[in-house]
Amino acid sequence: MAERKPIKGITIESTEKLIAETLAEMPEKAQKKRAPHLGANEPSASPCAVKSNKKVVPGIMSQRGCAYAGAKGVVWGPIRDMIHISHGPVGCGVYSWGTRRNLMQGIPGVTSFPMDFTSDFQERDIVYGGDLKLEKLIREADELFPLNKGMSVLSECPVGLIGDDINSTARKMEKELDKLVVPCNCEGFRGVSQSLGHHISNDSIRDHIIGKFKFKEEAGPYDIALIGDYNIGGDVWAAKPILEEIGLTVKSVWTGDGEVEKIGATHSVKLNLIHCYRSMNYMCKVMEEKWNIPWLEYNFFGPTKIEESLRAIGEMFDDKIKKNVEKVIKKYKPEMKSVVDQYKPRLDGKTAMLFVGGLRPRHTIGAYEDLGIQITGAGYEFAHQDDYDRTAPEMAKGTLIYDDVSEFELEKFVEELKPDLVGSGIKEKYVFQKAGIPFRQMHSWDYSGPYHGYEGFKIFARDIDMAINSPTWDLVKSPF
Amino acid sequence: MSAAEAAVKFVTETPEKEITRVKEWINTEEYKEKNFERTALVVNPAHACQPLGAQMVATGFEGALPFIHGSQGCASYFRSTFSRHYREPSAATCDAMTEDGAVFGGQNNLFEGLENAYALYKPTMIPVFTTCMPEVIGDDLNAYIKNAKKKELIPADLPTPYANTPSFNGTHIHGYDAMLRSILQDLTTDKKIEDKGTGKLNIIPGFDGNVGNLREYKRICELMGIPYTMLADVSDVFDSGCDGEYKLYPGGTKIEDAAESINGKATVSMMKYSTLNTMKFINCEYSGAKEVLSMPFGVKKTDEMLLKLSELFGKPIPEQLKKERALAVDAMTDAHQYLHGLKFAVVGDPDYLLGIVSFLLEMGAHPWHVLCSRATKKFKKEMDALLESSPFGEGCTCYINKDLWHMRSLLATDPVAGIIGDTHAKFAARDAKIPLFRIGFPIIDRVNLHRSPVVGYTGAINMLSMIANKFLDIKDETCEDQWFEMMR
Repeated sequence: MAERKPIKGITIESTEKLIAETLAEMPEKAQKKRAPHLGANEPSASPCAVKSNKKVVPGIMSQRGCAYAGAKGVVWGPIRDMIHISHGPVGCGVYSWGTRRNLMQGIPGVTSFPMDFTSDFQERDIVYGGDLKLEKLIREADELFPLNKGMSVLSECPVGLIGDDINSTARKMEKELDKLVVPCNCEGFRGVSQSLGHHISNDSIRDHIIGKFKFKEEAGPYDIALIGDYNIGGDVWAAKPILEEIGLTVKSVWTGDGEVEKIGATHSVKLNLIHCYRSMNYMCKVMEEKWNIPWLEYNFFGPTKIEESLRAIGEMFDDKIKKNVEKVIKKYKPEMKSVVDQYKPRLDGKTAMLFVGGLRPRHTIGAYEDLGIQITGAGYEFAHQDDYDRTAPEMAKGTLIYDDVSEFELEKFVEELKPDLVGSGIKEKYVFQKAGIPFRQMHSWDYSGPYHGYEGFKIFARDIDMAINSPTWDLVKSPF
Repeated sequence: MSAAEAAVKFVTETPEKEITRVKEWINTEEYKEKNFERTALVVNPAHACQPLGAQMVATGFEGALPFIHGSQGCASYFRSTFSRHYREPSAATCDAMTEDGAVFGGQNNLFEGLENAYALYKPTMIPVFTTCMPEVIGDDLNAYIKNAKKKELIPADLPTPYANTPSFNGTHIHGYDAMLRSILQDLTTDKKIEDKGTGKLNIIPGFDGNVGNLREYKRICELMGIPYTMLADVSDVFDSGCDGEYKLYPGGTKIEDAAESINGKATVSMMKYSTLNTMKFINCEYSGAKEVLSMPFGVKKTDEMLLKLSELFGKPIPEQLKKERALAVDAMTDAHQYLHGLKFAVVGDPDYLLGIVSFLLEMGAHPWHVLCSRATKKFKKEMDALLESSPFGEGCTCYINKDLWHMRSLLATDPVAGIIGDTHAKFAARDAKIPLFRIGFPIIDRVNLHRSPVVGYTGAINMLSMIANKFLDIKDETCEDQWFEMMR
């Protein structure tokens, strides 16, 4: 891939200067800790020079969440036919109830459970332990929600600290109910971010779910699974039809609008397509080792990346699929062109800065570029080195890379680089909007979406145009 | 076939018949009974945890930076919750304790966190409160903070009140109480001057997500000519303007005003249950009169509040408020027919519930199911007495320590016309096919409701309009053509 053209006014030197000035305002120890996480992009450098997946520096106002958030909110919550128990005090379950937009089909409370199940720990549970309560509540949940296909037990901080053994309780109840009861030791204090929660959840799926089920129908040559698409704002529903249109059969989705038994039978597919590499690469690697299933990263944001991805997927199959791929690309081209024709004239030459989770900063770059928007800064809340290595080539030389950026730093960077749009999360949104800077939430698609696939690009383009070109921004400056 | 292979199960589809059966079953009396029998499982609780309330208080003082001692995930959850509700920034920092903190205690995290937070964000006060983790391992905040000052990581004179706010005890309203008490205790130390009052009224709004309410209290004081200090005043922090400049500290109670509050002429709390301990402290330490009022929902409770303020300050009720009272009563008599005799379900925090129920009774509506997901018997007694005080309370029931899944059963077996509560009640409302009137915290699916007061005479008109017009909208949207009319 050709290296991106440099962006006017941004050089390695200017970016390094900005970083140095920002760091200078911090206490020495914090400077030392933060410096390796900030850098000017060198597209060809491998590995990327920016350090990641390290502890949050106390007091700096990081935007990170915890292992529980990565487990419950990200991996488990979207599995629609399981009951997900937030095991511990009431807060974690309440805050993560319905706040991620992982949409699901089904009848709530009957066949799907987009709800908050919790053991609502009280002081006595801390003192005497919560294992018996857990046992009892699993029985109660199964009785009141009999069509559940299993349960996950997601432990919150106190559970691990008081030494409860959710694993043996889960084992006992799995036997008693003859249903999946999966323990997940994802206490919030474990690890440095959401990321460990993903990993622990992947391990739980490996140990308790995968290989435990099989499809009734014979495996077909075009069977695939979608991994790491959580159906935010309906993304899965926009991505799946394209894959079906090129002739593939999507047997299971991990875990957006997911069904646990199908997830457990995924080891029969021919290819795993992984969207969010950060949160689910672990299980792709497990399935590759154990069942020889190849996996491929794909990107369905914006027509350029969709086309690239479809062709790469086609390469994994026979001529029939390859032909279908070309047909599909041709079919949607006029529609995509008209979207670009409509919005690009208003967006061409604009710049944006991104700070999202573990995937979207790099994956959405193509979609912005399809609209003529250049990315001047990008970073992740909880990415690892391999994510940054995948990001560097997607960004122009000298652009700003920031890992686990604090509010203090991001404010300074935005102030200096003056992007036309910031794409980040709810905690950042209003900080920048107060400053008159257009903003879109890029975790939740700002209550819009889907953004995946051809359908999604239409909505993405509309939303980005709306954010940048809303006449409301013209009112910010008062005439008096 | 090996044993392991034999254990592999087929992917199953739940039969349609079975789905239909369960779908109908969860609406039955039998299901309701089973649902009410559970003792361990909580489904869809209508309350959050202590530190959330502590953060609200900590946000309400000028230049204060809320500081969470514990896991970083908690901090992100609280900040997100406030930002979603208010659509405003919610600054707070955290010392990000991890596994080593669990083993060695969180002192080092607190040290580093305080030092960085002070250097970067230059706060006038750092209120510290805890999440579960340091509470379980028994961190000694008092000693840690003293040590941080001894080591000169933060200035010795920087106010650093702290509160223990474990999530496994109480709810957000108790965290509010604990943090407020601690801040006032800290700021008023040695500030008491006998016989030298400020002549001011201290107002404590309580855990109230409606900044319009806070402003309404202040407006009333201004109309009455009563000088006041609102304590933990989040109104300008959680509702600040957009003028092209982000301000980390856009408002809040001035630190010196909070310190002086101990010499006030009177202190009133607008919420009994979220200020129990704060008021205990104030009763012992503060000068002047102390009163705990009922939240002024509806006309009668607003009357009570005004009379009390008038009595405390020897000020007459101004003409403007008399006029506003008459306007509210005018609106209520004009629109009574749209609410009279209708049954409602209400869910929320204790003080909000008492207020909303009082308003419904005034309108001739029945607060049929009143549900508080965490409350004491004392509260239930008070609610029962309120319901008994009106013929419209007859047959109404107050449930405590029940959740929104219990509420769902109540709505399915004993239907009502509408439900009043926060956004979390929308699932129960949808299943029951009734409208949800969003009054409470959080409201994360509608805009601007937090700006529109529901207290005072103005609030009564706002609530009435919201409720009556919604029923009229529903009528217009759902009636058959021959019943579709110009007038309603």
